Amino acid sequence: MEQIVCRDLKLGYEKTVVADGVSFTVSKGDYLCIVGENGTGKSTLMKVMLGLLKPLGGSIEFVGASARRIGYLPQQTEVQKDFPAAVKEIVLSGCLNKSGLRPFYTKAQKALAARNMEKMGITALAGRSYRELSGGQQQRVLLARALCATEELLFLDEPVAGLDPKVTEEMYAVIEGLNKEGMTVIMISHDMAAALRYSSHILNMGNDFFFGPTADFAARREGGEQNG
Amino acid sequence: MANLIAQLELYLPYAFVRYALIAGVMISLCSSLFGVTLVLKRFSFIGDGLSHVAFGAMAVAMILHVTNNMLLMMPVTVACAILLLKGGSHTKIKGDAALAMISVGALGIGYLLMNIFSTSANLSGDVCTQLFGSTSILTLRPVEVWVCVILSLTVIVLFCLFYNKIFAVTFDEDFAVATGVRAKAYNFLIAVIIAVIIVLAMNLVGSLLISALIVFPALSAMRLFKSFRSVTVCSAVLSVVNTTLGILIAVVGGTPVGSTIVATDIVVFVIFYGISLLKGGKNR
Ligand SMILES: Nc1ncnc2c1ncn2[C@@H]1O[C@H](COP(=O)(O)OP(=O)(O)O)[C@@H](O)[C@H]1O
Ligand SMILES: [Mg+2]
Repeated sequence: MEQIVCRDLKLGYEKTVVADGVSFTVSKGDYLCIVGENGTGKSTLMKVMLGLLKPLGGSIEFVGASARRIGYLPQQTEVQKDFPAAVKEIVLSGCLNKSGLRPFYTKAQKALAARNMEKMGITALAGRSYRELSGGQQQRVLLARALCATEELLFLDEPVAGLDPKVTEEMYAVIEGLNKEGMTVIMISHDMAAALRYSSHILNMGNDFFFGPTADFAARREGGEQNG
Repeated sequence: MANLIAQLELYLPYAFVRYALIAGVMISLCSSLFGVTLVLKRFSFIGDGLSHVAFGAMAVAMILHVTNNMLLMMPVTVACAILLLKGGSHTKIKGDAALAMISVGALGIGYLLMNIFSTSANLSGDVCTQLFGSTSILTLRPVEVWVCVILSLTVIVLFCLFYNKIFAVTFDEDFAVATGVRAKAYNFLIAVIIAVIIVLAMNLVGSLLISALIVFPALSAMRLFKSFRSVTVCSAVLSVVNTTLGILIAVVGGTPVGSTIVATDIVVFVIFYGISLLKGGKNR
């Protein structure tokens, strides 16, 4: 079932166009990896899909009303590096999109946060300060928060950037697990090997634009290597 | 020490001292609550700019002989706050230059206008009062105390009701927007409230020292505490204690109120900084 349909997107900032003619569809349960060189507009595309930035042209359609329930693991920002916040406070803040104007969290929301901390293996860290955690632990906290916001659609912007190989593998395993449970995953990645291994679809930004199943992309890459 | 208490007993029965304490406690409570957000969002410079705008508006109100100068200061400052915070955290660079222009412009024009139009015999005294709040907190009328208390209570109630939202928007605005939280609306709310606090705080410490009142308790609390809630609570407590101490010292010692409060805030910040360095071996 189609979940997101992007048609002929034109991406950029004010006068500068970063990418043009980007079309693809994401279906329920897909694991889409967005790959490409630095500066080809991967993060920009994600911001547009998340509604943080207006596209310069084209359209994005979310199919089905509940599809707009999005979880997001952003690239870490400077502000967060020394932000005084307990792990629990951050994870709970993921539940806020279900709060409306209600001022405080409900029992159900607190339970959801507790479940997701359990799932990410960070229950023991609940009272700890975010800024004292290791990079891998921080990513788990942000992932638990994202899971509070969604059951069906997860956006990840370079989730393993700056993590050591062991923690990276763990992170990929966690994401794969979520995808197997039915979560649609859209992930920006620098790591081509991991993208080929885990994803169902590839979107390659840049000059040799590609969108399609991962198997086709792999075949095309091999073909390209033999020719050139 | 006994001497000091005797002094206080002498002063406390006076209404102007009680008014000053009530207004001071309320204003410092409000400013410290939102100070945490301003500092964490790297918006502390906005407090500074807005206070200069408030000064400019106040100068205009003085020339026009508006009886209650808050009537003019409040809308002007709120409008500027909304303009400045509208872009959220993304327009920082452009915002910086705009802010510097507005801020210095308002300060300069405000003084110029006062100079040209003022009929007061003691112009530099007036200006000094507005910039450093030398005496205004000690000359509050009951009406002003009431306005101050009501506005402060409103701010505090709003902060409690929107606490979780303010946290989310402060920690990660993009996530909030992406997941469907109305971050724009909450930013708007924060901007309006900060403008209100700044206009209120002009009475207490004057427009030059407002930033100190807003950021010092938050910075001190952040040295030692690690969750958003504990930082908020600690900064509120610090702010109230410092302001009370500051006012009392100023009354007894005859020093300017605003500067004394700020000096107290600085002393406490240095103490907290010291403690955090001593503890530092463990987690820094
Ligand atoms: N806020 C911005 N304003 C203007 N240009 C930007 C902004 N953010 C990114 N860019 C530019 O857009 C291009 C694509 O950036 P980005 O989407 O972050 O690339 P990627 O994530 O693929 O490395 C880059 O050339 C970058 O300089
Ligand atoms: Mg990027």
